[in-house]
Amino acid sequence: MPIVTDAGFAPDDLNARFSPSDDLPANGPLSIDVASDADLTPVLARLEEATAIRVAFPSSADGRGFTIARQLRRAGYTGRLRAEGHVIADQYAMARRSGFDEVEISDDLAARQPEDQWLARADWQAHDYQSRLGRRRDTKSAAASA
Amino acid sequence: MYHYTDFDRDFLAERNAQFRAQVERRLDGSLTEDEFKPLRLMNGIYLQLHAYMLRVAIPYGTLASGQMRTLAVLAEKWDKGYGHFTTRQNIQYNWPRLVDIPDMLDTLGEVGMHAIQTSGNTIRNVTADHFAGAAKDEIADPRPVAELLRQWSTDHPEFQFLPRKFKIAVTGSPNDRAVTRSHDIGLVMKEQDGEIGFEVIIGGGLGRTPMIGKTVRDFVPKADLLPYCEAIVSVYNRLGRRDNKYKARLKITVHENGIEEMRQRIEDRFAQLKPLFSGVDQVMLAGIEAQFALPAFTSNAPAPILDPVLQSFVDTNVTAHKRDDHAIVTISLKKHGETPGDATADQMRLMADLADAHAYGELRISHEQNVILPHVRRDALPVLFAALRSAGLGTANIGLASDIIACPGMDYCALATARSIPVAQEIAKRIDALRIEHEVGALKIKISGCINACGHHHVGHIGILGLDRAGVENYQITLGGDATETAAIGERAGPGFAYDQVVPAIERLILAYLDLRAGDEETFIDAFRRLGPAPFKAALYPQENQDAA
Ligand code: SF4
Repeated sequence: MPIVTDAGFAPDDLNARFSPSDDLPANGPLSIDVASDADLTPVLARLEEATAIRVAFPSSADGRGFTIARQLRRAGYTGRLRAEGHVIADQYAMARRSGFDEVEISDDLAARQPEDQWLARADWQAHDYQSRLGRRRDTKSAAASA
Repeated sequence: MYHYTDFDRDFLAERNAQFRAQVERRLDGSLTEDEFKPLRLMNGIYLQLHAYMLRVAIPYGTLASGQMRTLAVLAEKWDKGYGHFTTRQNIQYNWPRLVDIPDMLDTLGEVGMHAIQTSGNTIRNVTADHFAGAAKDEIADPRPVAELLRQWSTDHPEFQFLPRKFKIAVTGSPNDRAVTRSHDIGLVMKEQDGEIGFEVIIGGGLGRTPMIGKTVRDFVPKADLLPYCEAIVSVYNRLGRRDNKYKARLKITVHENGIEEMRQRIEDRFAQLKPLFSGVDQVMLAGIEAQFALPAFTSNAPAPILDPVLQSFVDTNVTAHKRDDHAIVTISLKKHGETPGDATADQMRLMADLADAHAYGELRISHEQNVILPHVRRDALPVLFAALRSAGLGTANIGLASDIIACPGMDYCALATARSIPVAQEIAKRIDALRIEHEVGALKIKISGCINACGHHHVGHIGILGLDRAGVENYQITLGGDATETAAIGERAGPGFAYDQVVPAIERLILAYLDLRAGDEETFIDAFRRLGPAPFKAALYPQENQDAA
C-alpha cells in the first residue's frame, strides 16, 4: 500500500491502528477512519486526541472526502490527514489543495498509475485560481479570524 | 470584455497538456474507462450517439469577433462545417474525433477559450443575461461577477466530483432573461441602500423533476458572493444524494431537507468560510469590472426606416439599448425549416465581420440559441440587415412562434427518446406557410427530446416533450410555462401525440388562441392565464369533446 506525497511513493511510516469514526476507543491517542458518508460529530468532538485521520474515497467519482478534509482543517485539526482508497493521480492536486497531506493507494492502482503520473501533479500550488483569488487554506485560525 | 491574463493563459496551457496526457493514459491503460469518463466530461467531451461531441464554453455568452472566427475554424477543420449553439450559451461540435480534440482545445486556447466544466458533475459554465451591458433595464452589467465566478469555480479542488452537475446563472436586470429560477444557483442583482448585491435563489432545475428555485437569502452583498456560493456548494457536496442519479441535483436536496434547514446549514458554513476570503477577490473583481467598460460609442443620426421588410426586422429583432442612438440586434438562427441554433462556418465569419463593422467587435450567444450584436449603431441597421439577409440570417422572428428552442434530440443525443429538431423545423415551416406568425406575436415554444428537458419545455408557453411509448415516438404537450421573473412550470395538457400528429396539434392550439384572445394586445400566455387550460385543451383534443358531447 504505497503512500503518495509530493516526493513520490513511500511505504507507510505511520504504524497506526485506525478505528472507525463511529466506534472510537475510550482513550486516545486516536487514529480515525472516516467514511465518505460519515457523521463528523464524534470526530470533531475528539479532534484534540487525534494524531492521524484517514478519509475514505470509495470511488474516484465520490468527491465528498475533499469537503470532509476542509471541514476537519477548519475545525482545527493539524495532524496527519490522509486520503485513502480510489483516488487517482489526476486528483492528487485536489486532495492536497483540500488539506490532505498524503494519499494511500492500492498496489494495483500504483502499478497502473506509476509514480511519475503522481509526481506530474506534485506542483499543486501552481495554477491555482483559489489562491490567486486570495482564498486562504482551511485552518482554524483562518476560519475564526472574523 | 475580459482579457486573459498570463495566469489564465498558463492555466489553460497546463490544463490542455494534462488532458492530452489523459487521452494517452486512457489509451495505454493507466486510466480505466470509469476513471477517464469524468475527466473527459470536465473537459467538455461527451460520447454521443454517432461520435464524440465537444462542448465549448462561451462564458456568460460573450464572444469577441476573433473568437467567433476561431469557432468557425473549428467547425471547418474538425467538424462538418457548422456548429450548434446551445441553451446554456455553449457551442457544440458533433463530429470531432477523440484524438483531434486536444488540438481543438489548443486552438481555442490561443483565443482565450476552452471547454472546461461544460459537462460532468462540476460547476458548469456560468451563464448570464445575453443583453448584459447593453440593456436599458439593468442595474449593472452582471458579467464581471460571472467572470469572477468562472475563475473561482474553475478547477475548484473541492467541487470537481459533486453528486451531480451544478449550474449558476446571473442577471443584472429585474427582467430575468437568464432563467435564474431554473438553475442550482440563480443570482439576481439588487441594490440596497446604495450597495450592490444579489438575491440568491437555490434549487431550481428542469429535468424529470422540474422545480422553481427558492430564495435562500434576499440580499448577499457583492463582497460576500464567493464565500456564500462556496457555502452552498460545500453543503450540497456532502448532503446531496449519491445513491440515485435522478435524485442527486440540489433541487432534490432542497426539496427533501426543506429550505429552512438548507438556509441554516448554508449560513453556518458561510460564517466559517467568509474569513478565509482575504478580500483579494474584490480587488480582482474591480480589475475585471474595468475591462467590461462600454465601447467608445460613435454614431450618426439614423435615417427614418422606410422599407417595410426592414421595419419588420426592426420590430421583432431589435431591442432598446442603453443609448437611444444604439440598438441591440438579435440574429435569428431559426430560419424556418433550419436546425435551431446551427450556424455554418461562413455564417459565423460573416457575423464576426459585421460585429467588427457595426458593433464594436462584440457578440453574444443567447440561451434561446440566437446570436446577438449588443451594441449596434442605429444608422447602421439598414446595411447590417441587408448583409444578414443575403446570408440567410435575416429572419424576423425573435420571440415569435418559430423562434423555437429545441434540444439535439434523437438526431445526436444518446439519451434521446424522440426527435426534437425535425418537430421544430416542421412547426416553423407550418407557421410560415400559414402567414400568421406576426399576428400571433410573442410565443415561446420549447422542445425536449427526452425527460432531461435540455430544451426547457417545462418553461415554454407551449412545451413539447418527446417520449418513447413502446418504441414509438410520442409527444406530450405542456401549457403555461414561463422562464422569466414570473417563472412557472407548464402543466400537462393530456395524452401525447404521435410524431405526425404533433404539428397539427400545435397549429390547432395557435389558431384557437387567435380566436380566444381578448384583442391583439393579449399574448398567448396572458390569454392562457385569463382563460385557464380548458379552451386550449378543447382545441388540442377536439375528438374527445365530440365524444363527450
Ligand atoms: S433533453 Fe434529452 S434528448 Fe434532448 S439533449 Fe437533453 S438529454 Fe438529449
